[in-house]
Amino acid sequence: MSISNERFEFVRQGAKERDDVEIVHYELQYPLGSRQEKRVVRFVSGLFLLSGLASVVFVACYIWWPFTNFPAVTGWEYEPGNSWMKGYTPILGLTLGIALAAFGFAVLVWGKKLLPHEIVLQDRHDGASDPAERKLTGSTLQFMGEEMGLSRRPLLKVALLAPAGGLGLAAAALPIGMLMKDPHHPDVFLHTGWDPQANGGKFVHLVREDGETKIRPEDISIGGQITAFPGIPGGTTNKHADSPVLLIRLRQNDAEALRANIEKGYPINRGGMAGDLVAYSKICTHAGCPASLYEQQSNRLLCPCHQSQFLITDNARPIFGPATRRLPMLPIVVDEEGFLVATSDFNGIPVGPAFWEKPEA
Amino acid sequence: MKRRKFDMKQLPASTAGAIDDRYKVATPLRSLLNKVFPDHWTFLLGEIALFSFIILLLTGTFLALFFEPSSQEVTYQGSYVPLRDVHMSRAYETALNLSFDVRGGLIMRQMHHWAALLFMAAIVIHMARVFFTGAFRKPRELNWILGLTMFWLGFLEGFAGYSLPDDALSGTGLRIASAIVLSIPVVGSWLLTSLFDGEFPGEIILERFYILHVFLLPLLLLALVTVHVGLVIVQKHTQWAGPGRTNHNVVGERWFPRYIIKQGGFFMLVFALIALMGGLFQINPIWLFGPYEAAVVSAGSQPDWYVMFLDGSSRLMPAWEIRAFGYTVPPLFWPTIVLPGLLTVLPMFYPFFEARLRKDKAAHNLLDRPRDVPDRTGLGAAGIAFYLVLAFSGGNDIIADKFYISLNAMTWAGRIGLLVLPPLAYYVTRRICLGLQQHDRQVLAHGVETGIIRLLPDGRFVEIHQPLAQPDGHGHAELPYVGAPVPKKMNRLGALGPAIKGFFVPIEEPAPKEKKAEITKEKEPV
Repeated sequence: MSISNERFEFVRQGAKERDDVEIVHYELQYPLGSRQEKRVVRFVSGLFLLSGLASVVFVACYIWWPFTNFPAVTGWEYEPGNSWMKGYTPILGLTLGIALAAFGFAVLVWGKKLLPHEIVLQDRHDGASDPAERKLTGSTLQFMGEEMGLSRRPLLKVALLAPAGGLGLAAAALPIGMLMKDPHHPDVFLHTGWDPQANGGKFVHLVREDGETKIRPEDISIGGQITAFPGIPGGTTNKHADSPVLLIRLRQNDAEALRANIEKGYPINRGGMAGDLVAYSKICTHAGCPASLYEQQSNRLLCPCHQSQFLITDNARPIFGPATRRLPMLPIVVDEEGFLVATSDFNGIPVGPAFWEKPEA
Repeated sequence: MKRRKFDMKQLPASTAGAIDDRYKVATPLRSLLNKVFPDHWTFLLGEIALFSFIILLLTGTFLALFFEPSSQEVTYQGSYVPLRDVHMSRAYETALNLSFDVRGGLIMRQMHHWAALLFMAAIVIHMARVFFTGAFRKPRELNWILGLTMFWLGFLEGFAGYSLPDDALSGTGLRIASAIVLSIPVVGSWLLTSLFDGEFPGEIILERFYILHVFLLPLLLLALVTVHVGLVIVQKHTQWAGPGRTNHNVVGERWFPRYIIKQGGFFMLVFALIALMGGLFQINPIWLFGPYEAAVVSAGSQPDWYVMFLDGSSRLMPAWEIRAFGYTVPPLFWPTIVLPGLLTVLPMFYPFFEARLRKDKAAHNLLDRPRDVPDRTGLGAAGIAFYLVLAFSGGNDIIADKFYISLNAMTWAGRIGLLVLPPLAYYVTRRICLGLQQHDRQVLAHGVETGIIRLLPDGRFVEIHQPLAQPDGHGHAELPYVGAPVPKKMNRLGALGPAIKGFFVPIEEPAPKEKKAEITKEKEPV
């Protein structure tokens, strides 16, 4: 088997005459049947074989590797320590990767080494169309306009605006109307799960993440903090995603400092602390991440998303990073049974990130 | 009746004949087969994106068969013991089932995720190649705009996919996205409640994102990819300047079989890389993060890489809130809505801006070497510097943690760096370009440095230069620079043998030389 000279000449001539494609250089990389050629052929064949072999191993592993107690799937459970199971995905990736890589590499070597080297010129035929063509097409379009006669018939032109505008409006109205939802009636931003009114007028308990365990002041050590949720049905779920608060027990002098700061500059939060305990919204006023990294020594609260920092002893004032607003304080007291309850819904200050019509805190 | 003898050898020809009888394809087919593509490794960068997209469609279809984008609360009872009895959404449960109970589900998930990262990376690198070589110039402005559009579509597509599993990380990302929507002046709150059907997170957002992720955005991307590639074929690919190459021809290899073999083999290699990464490198282990809960976050939470620059811009933004007449523009608005808006619109207009600035109305099919257009290259370097500062700032907490740097110092370094580094990058790059230009001109005039030092009778040492053309009386050659690489080493001139690398092939045994055979008699040097 060899490359046919006659056919090549035919193809070359045709490409040049009919397709404007000129083969200006065409050269075998190795003499046909030479030692090097055979070596490359062997190499490519070897890669193809490797690819097939790796594919077979892939399929075998896919079926028989102990991913589950195959074929009995019932009663199986994933064991985190089981190295066979851990190895399942890696072995699939490895065998599939080898199969594909060997195949791809073989194809590339075939193309780059076994095919004769060629340099081919093709005319781009770039630029605009022939002027006569352009003129003819332009006239055809213009004549189309004349035939329609919009410019001659001003009434049609005006009348056409009606369906254009009307149907456009209708096409926009339907999806917008379907999706649109008023954020203020009922207002979704101003109320959280702590609202006593929604709880039948009773103060809402602070509970732990199980949704049941009510929190007593002595549950938190000095300098410690826990996340508290409203003790209402579904209070710990994402239905009340804006409700979680960070309940902090400050050291006594820090608590005094905070109380003094509130007295001085932030009267709305007056009386919101239960002894040395204070609760602030966990929802960052910047982008709504939970600001939850509390540094005990400096009384700073850091949001890990964009690193806004809030100084708790200064009524959660933002002191670094992109946040501009204080975290709203949840006013808390101890009820007669000794549990912590919230007396109002963040004193009416909306929780979370700012927006256009958000009331100034 | 006699049955005609079936001739196997005639089958291809007779089939082809039958097809041509009906569709008359011989001429268009041949012109497709004979179509010439110029070859350069940088022309394959965009193909990585195309191939990743194909793999995304393949793996994504498989994942869609097992995933349910439902917010319905369930109690996990699947195979992964540490999460048993945990309340979670059905979406998170099915994502876990994909990882632990579907045979081969985890590698499909990981391949999908790696392919998405590779898709975005390839787009960015490809875009940089197009920018720095001026391939966006007339007549290819539209393809540049389409490419930019696809970057942002890919960005949204990736973010939507990232949000679907409803794990702690993706939920936090969605929370930030909701705050970004909320920050838009005038309509923010309405947009948010319309998108989420009420308050964040609501119950329908995953289903809406799912339709975006598996239908709308992929369809749009597929349509744009088709137009993008179609335009490349119709307009023919740009090429580097070189021997025989003009603005009006294409010099390379024919599409079939040479170029298609390269494309096919390269597709397999990209596929192999994604398979290897999907199998060997863990990505997004959602079972370690737990389900999304509004109160839970961990330090060091990072988005996928292509989102990091927006994370960084949010972090660096000073706490500037505009309050006037009872209304508010939150600081989040500027780095996450205005900045991406500018980054979309400004580059789209860049081809027209540059053409007007340079009063250049011509069509360009030859690529610029970056050094030959120092201002553009400097601008690109400034853009990269700007981007890198933002992207690194997206991980500045990790850097602060690993290198024991104050977190606040990192933020300030980012803020200052964002203003200082881009102009610096512009200046330095521009100077480097001018220097490289000058060296090209010097070699063209004086020749290649040979490394041979001669001691002159008066004691001076001079290096002998190999002129590239017959020098005039002053030892200067009159060679114009044509935008092609200038040879700078003797072996590039053929004056020395090719450099033999001594690592795999011993230096003592250079590859045996055999005369290459010609099948055509004439040999035209090109």
